[in-house]
Amino acid sequence: MSVPNEYMNVEMQPPFYKQLNIVDWIFAILLIAGSIFAFQKYSGLMDGYEVGILFGTAISLIAIGWVWKPMRALMFYIAVLSLFAINLYGNDLAAAENNFFLKFLFSGQSATMWMSALFVMATVAYFVELFSGNAFTGKVATAMTWAATAMGFIGLLVRWRETYLHGIDVGHIPVSNLYEVFILFAIITALIYLYYEKKYETRSMGAFVLLVITAAIAFLLWYHFERDAAEIKPLVPALQSYWMKIHVPANFVGYGAFALAAMIGVAYLIKDVAVKRNPQGRVAARLPSLDMMDDVMHKSIALGFAFFTIATVLGAMWAAEAWGGYWSWDPKETWALIVWLNYAAWLHMRLMKGLRGPVLAWWAVIGLFVTLFAFVGVNMFLSGLHSYGEL
Amino acid sequence: MNKPNKKHSRLDIILEFFGSMNLAITILVAIAFASVIGTVLQQNQPYNDYIIKFGPFWHEVFQTLGLYNIYGALWFLALLIFLVLSTSVCIYRNTPIMLRDMQQFRLNVKEKSLRLMSNTQSWTTEKKAEEVEKIIQHFLKLKGFRTRIKDHEDHRVIAGMKGRWNRSGYIFTHVGIIVLCIGSFLDGGFGLTIKEWTGQIIPETRDIRADKVPKISRLKPQDSISFRGSISLPEGGSSNIVFLNVRDGYLVQELPFAIELKDFRVEHYTSGMPKSFESDLIIHDDQLDEPLEQTISVNHPLIYRGYALYQASFGDGGSNLTLRAWPFHSQKLQTLDIDIAVKENRSLNTLFGKYRLEVDDFKMFNIFPNTEEEKAVTGKRFKNFGPSFTFKVRDASGVANEYHNYMLPVTQDKRRFYLSGMRSTVAEPFRYLHIPADNKDSLDRFMAFHALLHDPIRAKRIAQDSVKAAMSDVNKTDKKLQDDVVNSMMNLLTLFNQGGYSAIERDIKNKVPKDKQVDVAQAYVKILQNLLQNTYIALLKQEGVETEKDVSDFDNQFYEDAISAFAGIGAYGSPVYLQLADFKHRESSGIQITRHPGQNIFYLGCLMLIIGIFMMFYISYQRIWLILKPENGQLMITFAGSGNRNQRDFAVEFEQLKSHAVKITS
Ligand code: HEM
Repeated sequence: MSVPNEYMNVEMQPPFYKQLNIVDWIFAILLIAGSIFAFQKYSGLMDGYEVGILFGTAISLIAIGWVWKPMRALMFYIAVLSLFAINLYGNDLAAAENNFFLKFLFSGQSATMWMSALFVMATVAYFVELFSGNAFTGKVATAMTWAATAMGFIGLLVRWRETYLHGIDVGHIPVSNLYEVFILFAIITALIYLYYEKKYETRSMGAFVLLVITAAIAFLLWYHFERDAAEIKPLVPALQSYWMKIHVPANFVGYGAFALAAMIGVAYLIKDVAVKRNPQGRVAARLPSLDMMDDVMHKSIALGFAFFTIATVLGAMWAAEAWGGYWSWDPKETWALIVWLNYAAWLHMRLMKGLRGPVLAWWAVIGLFVTLFAFVGVNMFLSGLHSYGEL
Repeated sequence: MNKPNKKHSRLDIILEFFGSMNLAITILVAIAFASVIGTVLQQNQPYNDYIIKFGPFWHEVFQTLGLYNIYGALWFLALLIFLVLSTSVCIYRNTPIMLRDMQQFRLNVKEKSLRLMSNTQSWTTEKKAEEVEKIIQHFLKLKGFRTRIKDHEDHRVIAGMKGRWNRSGYIFTHVGIIVLCIGSFLDGGFGLTIKEWTGQIIPETRDIRADKVPKISRLKPQDSISFRGSISLPEGGSSNIVFLNVRDGYLVQELPFAIELKDFRVEHYTSGMPKSFESDLIIHDDQLDEPLEQTISVNHPLIYRGYALYQASFGDGGSNLTLRAWPFHSQKLQTLDIDIAVKENRSLNTLFGKYRLEVDDFKMFNIFPNTEEEKAVTGKRFKNFGPSFTFKVRDASGVANEYHNYMLPVTQDKRRFYLSGMRSTVAEPFRYLHIPADNKDSLDRFMAFHALLHDPIRAKRIAQDSVKAAMSDVNKTDKKLQDDVVNSMMNLLTLFNQGGYSAIERDIKNKVPKDKQVDVAQAYVKILQNLLQNTYIALLKQEGVETEKDVSDFDNQFYEDAISAFAGIGAYGSPVYLQLADFKHRESSGIQITRHPGQNIFYLGCLMLIIGIFMMFYISYQRIWLILKPENGQLMITFAGSGNRNQRDFAVEFEQLKSHAVKITS
């Protein structure tokens, strides 16, 4: 086609790969190099699936970093600080008590404590920002959320190493009990939130989302101090599988996204009431538009639903390998199905029936309770094949 | 809804009903509710437990509703079938729409309808229609749109479409659901249910040997499409059947091959927690040139000819035990060695008649968490009590108590005890008899002490000696009084032998007036203790222990512990104490065997579902139209678009598209 070129000069977006800059490429090369290094060093400990997971993870992380640029920096800091801490350990677990940096900053437990503290402070800051509208406080809140997330990841990665220091046969990815997955829950929820915060350029949903994270932190601390849950324990045979590395994180993207949607639902309902009572009021003015919150809620549930579907299917595949059947109506399995059906119905109502407004928001809030029951309630109240993380 | 049909046929109405979104959502919610009940109400428990929990009335109601086995209940199956039907109808009705959406560009849109869209804009340009057409088409192509043009004489329509795979996402998801349902129906074991209804098979409820199970309860390999069964194989044993649990009975499923267990291993972490369970299996099959050897472990099953073999559990495979029976309540210190295997039973002739000994289980390790103090002392988080076995002793009337005995003495508070747990019903916890171990860590002294107290002649001699000694102290030599004291000593001893101190207490309550009871009790205890202590001293002397000076702390403590243990023997219920003297361990491995031919169909359905969901959520489906219409020597352009999802996002994108389009066409 002979279209005069000058017409096309209007800033057409170049294809995606041409938009990548030098930092993107260095980032990708570092990740690839890192995974090749890990492969060379530890391939003796990995089976074929785990090698696949290693490189798959590297590729996914590259993709995430390319699409959402701040992730590159986050990953960089996490990697550097975790490696620093792991290096301080050497082969001696006792370093956790003797070394200053480990003891006060970067041992698995210390980093987790920092994460907890930062999340709580970020929550306060978001609330201050919400009520005062002070932009600087908002920025601080965001920074603290990023820092908390980094600390959470560092805590988990260092803990991963610590499990191996307990004994080569004890070593395992730290997503094996309720303590560890609560950390995972907090940081994944925070990450999803940070993504939307940037995308929609508003901080006024932060207070609500961080509230659910703070609740998780409260539980985490109680669990840590009352039940000694931070202790590293070896895995029961049923959990020794590469499936854990993909099944659990996929699940927590689901849980995190659902929790986020529910908290946006709360904000939506508050705004809805406020607008009706006093459209010019402070509350109505400070919260984002109903339209936008509806959109975030829907996007988040869609994201959660997609990952939760994958997680459930992975769970079924794992069950087929460990328990002798891909579906046994075990309470955890069944509750996953309930959660899934609930959000399937939600999505149908919104997309097919065109349902909008407070009803959907209420439904998303109720969905959190259903999710919560599947997450912790099943472990507390019901017995079954899945009762690994007991209270 | 897809055809403007005026007259609704009956079929249409049925399709309308099944394909309605309301029905679909109702079913989804109903299944969710049923599933909740299924997890809250424990499934497949013995009926008795339910009756106790809910009372007979509600039990009847719940049972009729099938609440005790919801996922196998007819109405639950019906719900799933409805779901499949509803989804199928939905697909049948919507697929043509989706396909049309993917192919048709809607080149006949009217300008008026474009102007009514929420994303729309009109502008004019000096450029020629042909030129604008080219520019726009090129531009849209760069933006990822496929385009078509149609000439309508007085105006031209350019239609663009992007992300049409979004539409096939619907087909993928919903067909996926049907496919996965079909896969899981295949594996749901409904074939067996139907065979049971039609009376072709009847589950066996008796506890009999597998080869004695009648034909009506047996299934040939080709008789079942899918099943889930299990078998417990002792080391060295082999089997070509598995048992399928059916409520309170079972079926015998034959396999086209035999499984032999060569070896079973449990490995432990240093902390004592189990680390792995492994079974070395040998498959014997006529189809194989030589037997197939394979080790299975948790998470690593063996798939053979469509059958999956899982490491599921483990237990005792009939260990050979040598038990030393020590008689209780007897003056003779004579033991009897019994050889018996786990799961066997034999008769026991005792002073108190015939009993039956049934050995239930043997455990090589008994690992318990250490308390904080123990952790501090030993540096270990767990302790191992060593081997133990459980057994029942059944009397002639059929009443049995259950026992749990450890082979080795266990350290508690720095003392060593042989522990024997006893209970009369499964519901209660074991109550432990603590028999102190002597200085050689054996039972000898305790049993000798026990026998001595039951020997009327020797005990009486000791009683006389001690009374004499006591009386000589106060210079009394009244023979009659002496005899009286000795007699009451012996009476007290008899009572004590029967039921410890509580037997004496009971006796006092019955015979002594209330106001004197306390005094009498104190006197009795004094008298009895005198005898017991002297008996113990006599025993120590007999052992050659120096007793003239102070008795050692150990011997003192032993005495205290032995007296407490004697007090417990009365309620022990068994006429003998069974000591585990020796054993030959033989383990068994619990192997679960399943056949799920629908598994891959199920996975295919899941895969389609996931692909479909991602297509629907993450491919955005957009259409745009431009109408080019010459007007007053200029070209009037009307631009409009719609996205099927995320209106906000589309509005933003449309703004950009539009401003580009305006720029390049002006
Ligand atoms: C097993 C039950 C079902 C499940 C799990 C299920 C799942 C889904 C999912 C995940 C979506 C994507 C939601 C979205 O578009 O964002 C969807 C969309 C949809 N479902 Fe279902 N569905 C089920 C049954 C049905 C039934 C019975 C109908 C028909 C009445 C139906 C009609 C639709 C339609 C029309 C769409 C939207 C397609 C579109 O235009 O994008 N679904 N379904």
